[in-house]
Amino acid sequence: MSKTVLFELGVEELPARFIDDALQQLELKTETWFREQRIPYGEVKGFATPRRLAVQISDVAEKQPDIEEEAKGPAKKIALDENGEWTKAAVGFSKGQGKDVEDIYFKEVKGTEYVHVSKFIQGEETKELLQDFRSVFLSITFSKNMRWGSYDLRYARPIRWMVALFGEEIIPFTIENVTTDRITYGHRFLGDKASLRSAEIYEEVLNDEYVISNVTKRKNAIREQLLTLEENKGWKLIIDEELLTEVTHLVEYPTVFFGAYNEEFLELPEEALITSMKEHQRYFPVRSQEGALLPYFVGVRNGDDKHLDTVSRGNEKVLKARLKDAQFFYEEDQKGTIDQKLEKLSRMVYQVELGTLADKVKRIRAITGKISEWLNLNDLEKQQAERAAEICKFDLVTQMVDEFTELQGVMGEKYARLFGEEEAVARAINEHYMPRQANGALPSSTIGSIVSIADKLDTIVGSISIGIIPTGSQDPYGLRRQALGVLQTLQSQQWNIPVEKLIDLVHQFYRELNLPTRTEEEVHQDLHEFFKLRAAYLLREKGIDPDIVEATLTNGVQNFAATIEKAKLLVDKRQDPTFKYVHEALGRVLNLAKKADAVEAKPKYFENDSEVRLYEAFKLVHPEYVQAMQEDSPSQALEKLSELASPIHDFFDGTMVMAEDEKVRNNRLGLLSQIAADIKEFADLNAIEWKQQF
Amino acid sequence: MNIQDMILTLQNHWSNQGCLLMQAYDTEKGAGTMSPMTLLRSLGPEPWNVAYVEPSRRPADGRYGQNPNRLYQHHQFQVIMKPSPDNIQELYLDSLRALGIDPSQHDIRFVEDNWENPTLGAAGLGWEVWLDGMEITQFTYFQQIGGLEARPVSAEITYGLERLASYIQDKENVFELEWTSGVTVGDIFMQPEYEHSIYTFEESDETMLFNLFSTYEKEAERIMEKGLVFPAYDYVLKCSHTFNLLDAKGVISVTERTGYISRVRNLARKIAKTYVEERERLGFPMLAKEVENHE
Repeated sequence: MSKTVLFELGVEELPARFIDDALQQLELKTETWFREQRIPYGEVKGFATPRRLAVQISDVAEKQPDIEEEAKGPAKKIALDENGEWTKAAVGFSKGQGKDVEDIYFKEVKGTEYVHVSKFIQGEETKELLQDFRSVFLSITFSKNMRWGSYDLRYARPIRWMVALFGEEIIPFTIENVTTDRITYGHRFLGDKASLRSAEIYEEVLNDEYVISNVTKRKNAIREQLLTLEENKGWKLIIDEELLTEVTHLVEYPTVFFGAYNEEFLELPEEALITSMKEHQRYFPVRSQEGALLPYFVGVRNGDDKHLDTVSRGNEKVLKARLKDAQFFYEEDQKGTIDQKLEKLSRMVYQVELGTLADKVKRIRAITGKISEWLNLNDLEKQQAERAAEICKFDLVTQMVDEFTELQGVMGEKYARLFGEEEAVARAINEHYMPRQANGALPSSTIGSIVSIADKLDTIVGSISIGIIPTGSQDPYGLRRQALGVLQTLQSQQWNIPVEKLIDLVHQFYRELNLPTRTEEEVHQDLHEFFKLRAAYLLREKGIDPDIVEATLTNGVQNFAATIEKAKLLVDKRQDPTFKYVHEALGRVLNLAKKADAVEAKPKYFENDSEVRLYEAFKLVHPEYVQAMQEDSPSQALEKLSELASPIHDFFDGTMVMAEDEKVRNNRLGLLSQIAADIKEFADLNAIEWKQQF
Repeated sequence: MNIQDMILTLQNHWSNQGCLLMQAYDTEKGAGTMSPMTLLRSLGPEPWNVAYVEPSRRPADGRYGQNPNRLYQHHQFQVIMKPSPDNIQELYLDSLRALGIDPSQHDIRFVEDNWENPTLGAAGLGWEVWLDGMEITQFTYFQQIGGLEARPVSAEITYGLERLASYIQDKENVFELEWTSGVTVGDIFMQPEYEHSIYTFEESDETMLFNLFSTYEKEAERIMEKGLVFPAYDYVLKCSHTFNLLDAKGVISVTERTGYISRVRNLARKIAKTYVEERERLGFPMLAKEVENHE
């Protein structure tokens, strides 16, 4: 006979952001626990609301299955003495297994007979084993824990009740002052406490007490109500999944309501309105069918539809106060000039060791200037880039951004336009924060891209200089995301600027600042390694195998767009049977050149035709190869190197490199090392696993 | 319900839960948490249950009495229960019922909000309580005070009285709230709001304030050496308010700012440590009292 098991942990309101993860942990850990306990079970179903985490397991066997186990002891000749009596070894073994010598039988293992006993292990009662389930509750991890009262336990929020049932029976266990029972608690205000007769009826009983315990059902209930409202009103709601999830975990019994705000607020920037509604109040903003923002909002209440007017009026009042604030900020922010606002940046800390925001802007301007030069921008563009760099942070002193941090850049763009800045400059202010999240949109304008790269490089180089280096899951300043942003922007703009050149430029500015940083060499090495790892990550994301990634990044990231092309080219070449001839030739050169100093080969020491031919071929190919590399055309460059394959093969066929005569030998090695330098500049071909996959 | 009746109702409610009713502390401070009735008493093992109204000064929030929501000085109703009782949330919800707010007719939620005050080396976990979307209470389980671990844990409940009143009285302008029948908040506080704003932003004497800060700081250090915790803490509060005045005036530069905050924090840490040591020396009297009462 199998039964259903139910465990419920009643808590004070959990942070909404913890719930999905905690539920997933509970379900997984429950499965693991049952498997480890060897208790047969059917299906595991999880439930979660702000006030509870629960798991229901169907078809749980009443006991562990019995098992028959065989234990192997000493060899027969050790177990029996010359008289055929049991030795001490045999007696000891059987005793150790809880058996008697009479239970011993012999069995052959790999040609030798050994002592064996067969053991019967009786399965334990599930009811008893289930008492250990408290360990599952205690093993759930949260990103922040707390203590309460006088207890020692640290948990996400205080534990207030527990239900543990095996069919109709209570499974006793205790966590701090809370002991399991069959009593659960319904909705705080609409429900009551309820006694669960058995484990199966959990969901239904809670339903009657105004708690929808199944997360998907609760979320769908909200979604359906939103869609119905949308249809009845002819609205278009902005249903953000993340917000929907959060709202789902703020309520146990959801009812959707709507409210209105004064039309005058629609003059505020849309982003400010939406942020006020979403971030602060967890409302869904409303649009018309045509997409214009309408002066309404939709919220989700934790309760039924009674007195919904009161709830709606209360929420309207709150939103009105918030929007009035926003309106006040918007008007205040437009007073004065941008330059007056810039002055305040010198009073805002960026990083204690790295100075104020004004200091940061100074560095961004210098970096922007250099990049503009390298890109050969025209005078107008240079001017715009300079202005964009100068004012890219001015909106950080506005009250609107002070209140809604996530609007940094967005407000900067809007205010810059109102203050009469050029369009390209205004746009760059917003774009310089891009990408705002992993794989978010990249800056699209030239000037936005330059300032974005300058700002991010400054942050990364500065942070690493003072020892803030991301490790494992720790990256509080988002340095990895920013480095990815730099690389992706360089790629999308197809700019021919080696990443290492950029890093060294910014590092140079920091050196001149004489900050109390780590040693130059350490910082230099960390920076180069940091960007290389980011580049490797992006290449891997594009489906490029690790060996080719390694081969391509052997000289650093360089011009990232060309590096990607190079890696893709090598992926193709690995699939190309005709390339075997080439990589074998080039690979041999790389191998031998390891033993050589790069001395220039002199024709007078050549002894045979094949080395002369290789020398001449190289003389011809080398300048063309250099040009192709300068033009960032990896395919052209590789084609040039490939032209050397045939003379190289001939060379090895017709020449003993390690000749007796030292001069002749060094001359040959010198030739090879010259060629190897070109190959290595392209990629470390020997790092690639060439076994072709067809 | 006018504000005066709200205060009486809350006092009654928490008094019935065994809280001592205290009066506002007589030194300027930014929040009810900073009263020694909370900050010092929530340290150490002794039980402590208290409720009081605390006028809280935030110089930077002064708006010359022109803004309907922001004030130089507002009022908090502060409750501390140590150790936090198992039914503390219910006790709190009962206080709302006592104020005439029937939870079943509203939308009341506990939304995660963790509190931190680096100046006091204090941190806690809890919620802001929403009433129909409005934040009316800060509900915190103290985890750390003055850099020391809080054991047992105190529950701190801070009602924003003006906020709550604006909901109960359905008023949009804080100055129109009824303090008692026929007298509004504006009648009592408009003039001080206006004058304090002028003083804070225009008239305050920076040189004098800088001097005061150093003088208060030195005095705090000096008397702490003598183990005089409460007087030393008063001077820390004075430092904190002086700093707020300077900050609101915009005369503290970046580097200085961090320096000032860490100076106040260091003082607060030392005081927290000394307070616990002094209580221990006295044999944790409130602990002994509790045992007595139970016998």
